[in-house]
Amino acid sequence: MSEAITQRLESTARQIRQHIIAMTHAANSGHPGGSLSAADMVTALFFKEMRIDPQNPRWTERDRFVLSKGHAAPVLYAALAERGFFPVEELKGLRQTGHFLQGHPDMKKVPGVDMSTGSLGQGLSAAIGMALGLRLDGKDARVWAILGDGELQEGQVWEAAMAAAHYKLDKLAIFVDINGLQIDGPVEEVMSSFPVLEKFQAFGWNTIEIDGHSMPAILDAIEVAKATTGRPTCVIARTIKGKGVSFMENQVGWHGTAPNAEQAATALKELQ
Amino acid sequence: MSKIATRDAYGRALARLGAEKADVVVLDADLAKSTKTIDFAKVYPERFFDMGIAEQNLMGTAAGLAAIGKIPFASTFAMFATGRAFEQIRNSIAYPKLNVKIAATHAGITVGEDGASHQTVEDIALMRVLPNMTVLAPADGPETEGAIRWAAEHTGPVYIRLGRLAVPVINEENYVFTPGKAVTLRQGKDVTIIATGLMVSVALEAAEALAAEGIGAEVLNIHTIKPIDAEAILASTARTGCVVTAEEHSVIGGLGSAVAEVLVEGQPVPMERVGLKDTFGESGKPAELLKKYGLTAEAVVAAARRSMERKR
Repeated sequence: MSEAITQRLESTARQIRQHIIAMTHAANSGHPGGSLSAADMVTALFFKEMRIDPQNPRWTERDRFVLSKGHAAPVLYAALAERGFFPVEELKGLRQTGHFLQGHPDMKKVPGVDMSTGSLGQGLSAAIGMALGLRLDGKDARVWAILGDGELQEGQVWEAAMAAAHYKLDKLAIFVDINGLQIDGPVEEVMSSFPVLEKFQAFGWNTIEIDGHSMPAILDAIEVAKATTGRPTCVIARTIKGKGVSFMENQVGWHGTAPNAEQAATALKELQ
Repeated sequence: MSKIATRDAYGRALARLGAEKADVVVLDADLAKSTKTIDFAKVYPERFFDMGIAEQNLMGTAAGLAAIGKIPFASTFAMFATGRAFEQIRNSIAYPKLNVKIAATHAGITVGEDGASHQTVEDIALMRVLPNMTVLAPADGPETEGAIRWAAEHTGPVYIRLGRLAVPVINEENYVFTPGKAVTLRQGKDVTIIATGLMVSVALEAAEALAAEGIGAEVLNIHTIKPIDAEAILASTARTGCVVTAEEHSVIGGLGSAVAEVLVEGQPVPMERVGLKDTFGESGKPAELLKKYGLTAEAVVAAARRSMERKR
C-alpha cells in the first residue's frame, strides 16, 4: 500500500475522531470510547474499501456494512458525513429530539446505514442474511461488520458464527474490536470472551490478528479477507478504548459518557 | 366436513409461492418436517435455509435477507419464534420495518402432548404490542393459503399464527383473504361471538346450539388481530348489545383484550372472554385439553348466556 494512501486515511481517521468528540459533546450524551477504538477500521472500510455511493445510498450493487456494536454510532455517522451521505453540520444533531441521527443506528432514518443495530449481538445475524441474499442474487458485493469484544458475550453471536461458517460465507468478513473494556469493567473481569481468535477458528472461520490502529495492518487484513474462499474471515483487532484522547484511553468511564466543554477542547487539541 | 391443519396449508401455500415469486426464501430451525416448510425445501433447496436450533440467529438472518430485497418466511414453533426470539423480532425486524414473514406453527394448547413448554398462549399478545407488526391468525386451510399469499405481497413484517391440529375447513376453496376485515360467518341479533384461529369453527358450533334454543348469535371471524376491524366489531355489538370472544390463547393480551380495547373506546357492552384464564397448559390430547381449559362450544354457549344476562 502506498504511503500516500495510508497517510490520507490516517488523516481522515483523525478527522473522524474529532467529529466523535464534537458530536458527543454537543449531545452531552453518547459513546465516545468504543467509537474512538473503531475509528481506524471504519475509516479504512468507508474511505478505501467499500463500493458505496453517497448519491445513491440504496444502490443495490453496494457493499454492506453492519455496525453490530451499535453504540459506536458516532464513528459511523462521522464516516457517513465525511463520505458525503449527509452534511457534516448534521452531526451536531446527534441524539436530539426530532433529528435523524438516533442514539443507535437506524436504517430507516440515516442514509448509508444498512442495518438498525444497538441491541448487542444481533448485527452478525443480519450480515449473514445479507451475504446469503447477495449470493442468491449472484452479486459480488461484500458484507462487512464490526463487533465488540464485550458483545461476544451474547449467545446469538455464536449461533451466527456457526451459521456463517456452515454456509461458507466468504463474502462476509468481520472486525472484532478488542478494546478490552465494557461498562462494568475490563472484559476479562466482567465475563471473559477470550480467547476470541481460537473460538472463531474452532467455528470454522479464517482468522487473523492485527493492531486495530495500524492502517497498513487493517488494509492488509481486508486484502486477506477478500482473498479467502470457502469461509468467512474474522479480523481480531487489538485496540485501545478511547484511542487518541490521552485521558480517555483505556478508561472504563468513557464508555457512555460525553466530554464536557473543557475535556472536548483538550481532546480536540490532541486530535489535531 | 373435511379437516386440515393450518400448518399443512402453509406448506402447500409456500410451495406454490415459490414457483410464482423468485424472491421468496424460507428459513427454519430444525423443524421443517413439523412446520411443513419441507414442502418448499424439497422443490427450492437453494432458497431454503435451515438455521439449526438457533431462533435468535434465524430471525436476524431473515432480517438481513429482507434488507437485500428477499421475502423471507421465518418458521419455527410459535413458542420459540415469539418467546425466544422476541427481542430479535422487535429490534431487527419490527423496528426497522423489514419485510420478514414470521410463520409460526404449533401455536396454542393443541400442540398437545408436548405440554406447557411448547404451548404458546401468549404469542398474539407479544406480537400485537409491536409497532409495524401485522398479526394474522387464520381459521382454516383456505384462509391460511390466502393469508400466506397476502403476506408475500404485503411489504412489512407479518406474524402468522398456525396450528398443528387438523381443523374443519369452513371456507370455500376459492376464498379471498381480505386483510384487516372481519368475516361475518353468521348473522344474529342477540349476541356477537368473535373468534379467531381454531376457535372460529367452535364458535360456529356454539351458534348452532344457541339457534336451537332460539338465540341468534352473530359470528365474526377475526383473522387479522392487528390491525383489528374495529368498525365491524362495533357495528355488530351495536346490533346485538353483548359479546363473547373465543381464542386458543390467554385471555390476557390476545383477541379478548384487543376487542375489549375497541369496545371501551367505542361503545362498551357486556363482554365475556373464552380463552386460557391466566394459566399454562399441560400435556394431553388436544381435544381433552380444549375441554379441560374450557375452549369448547359448550363453554362459548355458557359465556354467551352470561353475556346476554348482563345486558341492561
